[in-house]
Amino acid sequence: MARRAGAPEVSAGSMADIAFLLLIFFLVTTTIETDAGLDRMLPPMEPPTEAPPIIKQKNIFTVNINRNGQLLVEEEILSIDKLREKAIAFLDNGGAPSGSPDYCSYCKGKRLAESSDNPTKAIISLKNDRETKYSTYITVQNELVGAYNELRNREAKRLFGKDYVDMEAEYLNPETEDSVKEELKEKVQRIQGLFPQKLSEAETSSE
Amino acid sequence: MSKFAKKKDGEVPAVSTASLPDIVFMLLFFFMTVTVMKDSSLKVENVLPNASEVKKLEKKDRVIYIYVGKPTREYEKTFGTEPKIQLNDKFASPSEVGDYILMERAKKPQEIQNVLTTALKVDKNANMGLISDIKQELRKVNALKVNYTTYEGDAFNNLQ
Repeated sequence: MARRAGAPEVSAGSMADIAFLLLIFFLVTTTIETDAGLDRMLPPMEPPTEAPPIIKQKNIFTVNINRNGQLLVEEEILSIDKLREKAIAFLDNGGAPSGSPDYCSYCKGKRLAESSDNPTKAIISLKNDRETKYSTYITVQNELVGAYNELRNREAKRLFGKDYVDMEAEYLNPETEDSVKEELKEKVQRIQGLFPQKLSEAETSSE
Repeated sequence: MSKFAKKKDGEVPAVSTASLPDIVFMLLFFFMTVTVMKDSSLKVENVLPNASEVKKLEKKDRVIYIYVGKPTREYEKTFGTEPKIQLNDKFASPSEVGDYILMERAKKPQEIQNVLTTALKVDKNANMGLISDIKQELRKVNALKVNYTTYEGDAFNNLQ
């Protein structure tokens, strides 16, 4: 075996490769922080001439938040952690009798005559005071959106064996392929049609 | 055995610095891609509330930000302690929100002007009165898609 004089120089040729490997690794794994939050649609300014549509009282679920953050739901005081449960019971009620055009075949609620006829008819009306704290308002919004999501998840599981929230997230993700998106769009819209989000926000009471 | 002993004779070789530029460039690229340019410095307190049913705000170029909160300590003297609206770099009154949205909208390319979202970054101690005023302004300029930006977490933490 030939003997070398002194220790050989460490080869640095592959160092660049290692550096690039690391660079690519970090590039792929780091996600730039994205903001998240509750999406809402504001109602458009209605033309003043048009008369508001007549909605049956039983199809409206009123939620009132006062300045101290207390809730008045359907004329009763309710603690905020019961809100989701109550909203689900209202939306999923399906009170219209079978045979009527409003009959809800997929509802699993109690079918009480004095509560909502059909999820597509049910409206949640949210009202708050000017002094209400924003954090309370967000909690209430979160619970109401949560109620819709829970019901939509249930139907999505039944029809497609998948959570609605996951399907929607995949649909909205820009990295999803177009062919997959097209398929998801149909499913997402079908679920949205079963439980449309009808959350109306009245103008704030100023007293 | 002698094979191993021999090696110790020579001096310790200098570590090659040929790859130093690579490492430096790597770091440079890394930070270049990860950093997000901050276009406005916050002049208001901005501790967002928590929510669990959140949706991600994809596509940053389609978002217009509105900040609301108490002025920070250094602006407290001039602007008081009541929650204020911050648009870009300055404080504004609710009536200026509409104009700001229209201005921002005009800056965006034509094809995305109809799909813009307004992200409301509101401090959790703000009052709803101010938010209602903003919402009213947004409705006037037909900017109906809003996103209440929150942290992900248990919504009941907000109540404490």
